[in-house]
Amino acid sequence: MAHFDTTTNAGQLLAAASGGRRRRGDRVFSNIAVVAAVTILALLVGVAAFLVAEGFPAFTSSTAELPNQESFISYVAPLAFGTVLAGVLAMVIAVPLAVAVALFITHIAPARLALLLGFFVDLLAAIPSIIYGLWGIFVLGPAAVPAMRWLEEKLGFIPIFEGPASITGRTMLVVGLVLAVMILPIISAVAREVFSQTPRKLQEGAQALGSTRWEMIRTTVLPFGRSSVISGAMLGLGRALGETMAVAIILSVSGGVTFNLIGQANPSTIAANIALNFPESSGLAINVLIATGLVLFAITLATNFLARIIIDRAEIK
Amino acid sequence: MTPPPADAAVLSTRSLFSGEGSRGGSLPSWAPWGAFVGAVVFCGLVEAVLGWFTIALMLVFGCLVAIVAIYAWSRPVEGARRAKDRAVTMAIVAAFGVAMAPLISLLYEVIVRGAAGISWEFFTSDSRGVVAGGGAAHAIVGTLVITACAVVISVPIGLMAAIYMNEYGRGPLRRALTFFVDVMTGIPSIVAGLFAYALFELFFGPGIRMGIMGSIALTVLMIPIVIRSAEEVLKIVPDHLREASYALGTPKWKTITKVVLPTAFAGLVTGVMLATARIIGETAPLLVTTGVVDSMNADPFQGRMQNLAVYAYNEYRSPGVMKQASFDRAWAAALTLILIVMILNVIARLVYRRYKTEIR
Repeated sequence: MAHFDTTTNAGQLLAAASGGRRRRGDRVFSNIAVVAAVTILALLVGVAAFLVAEGFPAFTSSTAELPNQESFISYVAPLAFGTVLAGVLAMVIAVPLAVAVALFITHIAPARLALLLGFFVDLLAAIPSIIYGLWGIFVLGPAAVPAMRWLEEKLGFIPIFEGPASITGRTMLVVGLVLAVMILPIISAVAREVFSQTPRKLQEGAQALGSTRWEMIRTTVLPFGRSSVISGAMLGLGRALGETMAVAIILSVSGGVTFNLIGQANPSTIAANIALNFPESSGLAINVLIATGLVLFAITLATNFLARIIIDRAEIK
Repeated sequence: MTPPPADAAVLSTRSLFSGEGSRGGSLPSWAPWGAFVGAVVFCGLVEAVLGWFTIALMLVFGCLVAIVAIYAWSRPVEGARRAKDRAVTMAIVAAFGVAMAPLISLLYEVIVRGAAGISWEFFTSDSRGVVAGGGAAHAIVGTLVITACAVVISVPIGLMAAIYMNEYGRGPLRRALTFFVDVMTGIPSIVAGLFAYALFELFFGPGIRMGIMGSIALTVLMIPIVIRSAEEVLKIVPDHLREASYALGTPKWKTITKVVLPTAFAGLVTGVMLATARIIGETAPLLVTTGVVDSMNADPFQGRMQNLAVYAYNEYRSPGVMKQASFDRAWAAALTLILIVMILNVIARLVYRRYKTEIR
């Protein structure tokens, strides 16, 4: 903004001309702004530094000293597996539905209804996760028990539905569904925003060529919104990976690694494991939990960077 | 030679509009609904015959069958392209229904189950030594105090940082800030809690629990949201307003405080309220920092402090002798929390609608 700088200079000249009194105000204010900016960088450095400092003993202690007498890697690996499994499951369920919801609101529902629905979905995005957890354990879990038994009977030949089906409903599948319900409003808010910004010219052009509504959506709306939908999906994945309470409440955990989504024994997730064990832990156990928190942070960071790379590539095309 | 029938022209235009391969006909307007209801009833009957009837399965299979049915019905009458359009529309509407069902169920359950636990006592007493009854007054106070502290810390820092990024920043510091605010948005909430714990443990020793620790954790989560939304609204304040102000000889800091900020006021307030609504229901970071306690504590610098989200979790996790009473209290806390969040959201939108400056 070149013209902007010239006006700034003019302002500074004027300020200088009037004896520097105004300049002091400027200096103080801009210094406050810089301090705020630096504070935020310091905060982030602080987060990383304190977590590394507190987590460090977990990396350096010998296996015998650690709780459960197992090495840190073999402790965190199943948790990381569970985290990624739950997150990916949620994303696979949520993304198609969220895109459908966004398309319904922007292109199918009548305008007045669409406005109302948009507002409703935004409200849902703000519901605290603890409430999704309570709903999952009291409502969805019990309701899913017969469905999971059915899956075991009819589709048991697929490894993920191997069973034996849980009788409590506290399974990875239910966690995936609850996380999907949780991130759906977030993804669909992003998708809705970009779908509604598809240039009208493109849409009308497609229709003028005789496209049906679906052909119009497929050739204009979806390509236009693709990179934003991907970034929305990654945002949702980040939320699902870091989600703590819903998982801690619902999942019946036993450690270990399994792809069986409907069984009694499920791998826990990093975040849920911290929430479940932190209040009763002390000493080195706390350091180990903080170190797993670092691993979780690394996983979400990697997800964000992956998202950025995908988006950049999509935008170049 | 006989002239062609009068409606041939109409027919040919219609087939033009409905695309090549069309037979020119069209289904009655109730066709999608008819196909859907028919398919659901059909699936219900088949399931009943096979002996594994459940409403959920009936609806799921009903949707799938309806998509196939509408395609099969439309294809010979309207042609392949219209048939595909109808099938996809049906699929989108069905997916919308599938997506909304759990969300509506959630709201319904929270309201119905929460209403059972709501009473005057719930808002006025704490739960020191209670078996049945008892309330969440300590948790409500805790939620308000912890959140208020977080807001008081986050808003000035976040706002000034956004002003820096939009009005002053250039060069490496600005680029670094943009990047790291992005990184900060991705911090999982439990990690923010661990940070606050690690920070205070260093000064106060292990096992420390205080209300203000929770506020610090929430600050880490709130600052990036505040910066993002503030930057967004500062960006749309037009440059000509700033230039007009400079032309009058106004120094930059006064231009910002008297011209830019008032113009963006509605957007800034809305952003802060939505950010508050986002953090007020956080559970995980508070679980590891503020601890669990049954009695009233309104001092964030002294001892454990309860809050609504952790209260709800704790009533579920370790119910008292009378289990149902505890679960009722958990749902009542959930309902209270949802009401606070909804009210914040609605007020934020009303503020925005009422006070937003028309920018031309």
